[in-house]
Amino acid sequence: MILTAIVLCPLLGALVMGIVGHRKGADALNVLFSFLTFGLSLLLAFRVFTDGPVTGGAEQLYSDGFSAIFVVITGGVGATTSLFSLRYMAIEKAHGHLGAERTRLYLALYQIFILAMLAVLVSNNLGILWVSLEGATLATVLLVAWTRKPASVKAAWKYFILCGVGIALALFGTILLYFASEKTLGPGGTALLWTHLNGVKTTLEPTVIGLAFIFFIVGYGTKVGLVPLHNWLPDAHAEGPTPISAVLSGLLLNVALYAILRIKVLADGSLHNHLTSRLLLGFGLVSVLLASLSMWKRQDIKRLFAYSSIEHMGLATFAFGLGGPVGAFAGLLHMTSHSLIKSAIFFVVGHVVQTSGSQKIPEIRNLGERTPALARALTIGGLAITGLPPFAIFASEFLILSTAVSRAPWAIPPLLLALLITFAVLFRRIQEMTSASEAPAFPSSPTPTLTFYPVWIHFGLALVIGLFFPDSLGRLFHTALLSIGLTHGQ
Amino acid sequence: MSPPLPAHPFANDLVQFLGSALLMSAFAMLALRRMTSLVRIFALQGVLLTLSTLAVAILSAETHLLFSAIFTFAFKVVLLPAILFRLLNRLRIQGEVEVLVNVPSTMVLGLAIAVFSFTLAGPISELASTVSKGLIGVGLASLLLSFLMMISRRKALTQVIGFLGMENALFFSAINATYGMPMVVELGVAFDVLVGTFVFGIFFFQIRETFESLDLKHMDTTSME
Repeated sequence: MILTAIVLCPLLGALVMGIVGHRKGADALNVLFSFLTFGLSLLLAFRVFTDGPVTGGAEQLYSDGFSAIFVVITGGVGATTSLFSLRYMAIEKAHGHLGAERTRLYLALYQIFILAMLAVLVSNNLGILWVSLEGATLATVLLVAWTRKPASVKAAWKYFILCGVGIALALFGTILLYFASEKTLGPGGTALLWTHLNGVKTTLEPTVIGLAFIFFIVGYGTKVGLVPLHNWLPDAHAEGPTPISAVLSGLLLNVALYAILRIKVLADGSLHNHLTSRLLLGFGLVSVLLASLSMWKRQDIKRLFAYSSIEHMGLATFAFGLGGPVGAFAGLLHMTSHSLIKSAIFFVVGHVVQTSGSQKIPEIRNLGERTPALARALTIGGLAITGLPPFAIFASEFLILSTAVSRAPWAIPPLLLALLITFAVLFRRIQEMTSASEAPAFPSSPTPTLTFYPVWIHFGLALVIGLFFPDSLGRLFHTALLSIGLTHGQ
Repeated sequence: MSPPLPAHPFANDLVQFLGSALLMSAFAMLALRRMTSLVRIFALQGVLLTLSTLAVAILSAETHLLFSAIFTFAFKVVLLPAILFRLLNRLRIQGEVEVLVNVPSTMVLGLAIAVFSFTLAGPISELASTVSKGLIGVGLASLLLSFLMMISRRKALTQVIGFLGMENALFFSAINATYGMPMVVELGVAFDVLVGTFVFGIFFFQIRETFESLDLKHMDTTSME
């Protein structure tokens, strides 16, 4: 029941937005629907963590602890982002950037995007999971092109083509998986259901599953933004409207990595070797390194943080590649804290760009003087994302590094180097933007009221996780990893 | 529905023939230079796909494949080509496809891809229990050939046809490896492809409006960091 409700709520939201999205007050309705979805996601998580996994919709829907955690993150960040976009869109409207029809398109697509991600998370059928992930791409492509500027149309096209190709390869992986599983499960509906597959994973044909996993990691990895398949990501993040950058970075990348991890559990059961872990380690490490080097010369604030997303997704992938109870725990914690912090940073960046009239770093100056609150938030965001204590990313990065010491010591020097570069680059840039400079001050437009609630909520949560790390949360994560079977790595 | 027909000695040959024709059509897409012929070849690929699904359905007596065949016909022979031709007319696209890599080199590369695909698919084919298991290599080869077409062409519409060609190849692989995916998944995939085609259509107008051309090289000059 609850599983059906959680998919129906954003669907209803999308329909309502499609009908009345151009009216006044529709954006408030959007917030209402998003918070309703968040409420349902909390309810689902409560059910899952008290009574165990939930199945519904003729076995097509399923949620265990692992997916429940991502459902809550998706619902939560989706809700706070809708709150942020309320203010963001009001300011855009005041600048005369958008009409009523555009608003309707935006709101309806926003709900469809949330719907698609939730469908990925609660789907038991790996075929439907593919369909939903592709649906999420289709919804966001139009959102990236939403401003209709040449650069954003180009970015959206690149996003569409690259992710389209990637996702097609993942479909081939799905076909191979079905091919292997229908031998034991028989043809028909059940052979792609994760719950059934998990039961027979040791009997699946290893050669086919190995090949399938390679197709999956290349296909879904394109959406995670793993190097060398990351080309679409910085463009799409930089050229789309900022609330969309926040949900792309904070949610969609997570959801794609979630899909890979589901398949990894099955592949590990069948393969009995290190193939999946090694692939994740390799892709993860290369992503971390290349992303941090690419940040060096970035002059665009949104692009800078987009590369930082690639770096952090790489770190999480690396952590799951390390495996074992601690590695997987660190990966999950890293994904959670990255979602919270990065989406909050994009909220701040959105307002920075709006008040400065440009997203080029050299043109953003004197933030500290013009908008002190924004400068403070940006600095705190920088501290949090580069993994300084006491924020949550410090905890997860510490865990990842200490696991790597015993499991992959060769990876320590490059990792440390990458983290150091990121730290140096981000702080240099943030300092340039916030401090007073001799550069001619831009004609400061009267500052509109900005919204900070979502930002402080996210930073606050990241701080609580990093400082106290509540025992109950640790237990939840542990249950989650146990329920999917990611704790026993090689 | 119908009981399995007695296997005709030529039936298996027919399936093999249709498979090789599909591979040929994937190569043809790489070689062709005119936009309208590309859409025609895409429609032809749809016909081949329908016939091959039909042949496998009759040979294996899997009745649900008959529905897939009808569906494929309606979707890939009628609906999608109609949309594409309409786009060609409305956008007044004519003339030649501009290629990044010249045709002979693409063809040589294509041959290498075909050999690679058959080597990769060999061990998998041996595990399959379908009547047309030898054709899994054809599916993989067509998939990678369409992929090659997508990356070696410049025009937006050519890339879309490459994308749809990839989807055809995937469908073909699914039919030959496992008699098709579960119905609900197949419908979902078709739905995505349909929505995707509409999104592509919307895009064409946006690209045209913004760049006054559908050639992606105009997009390349748009400065992004």
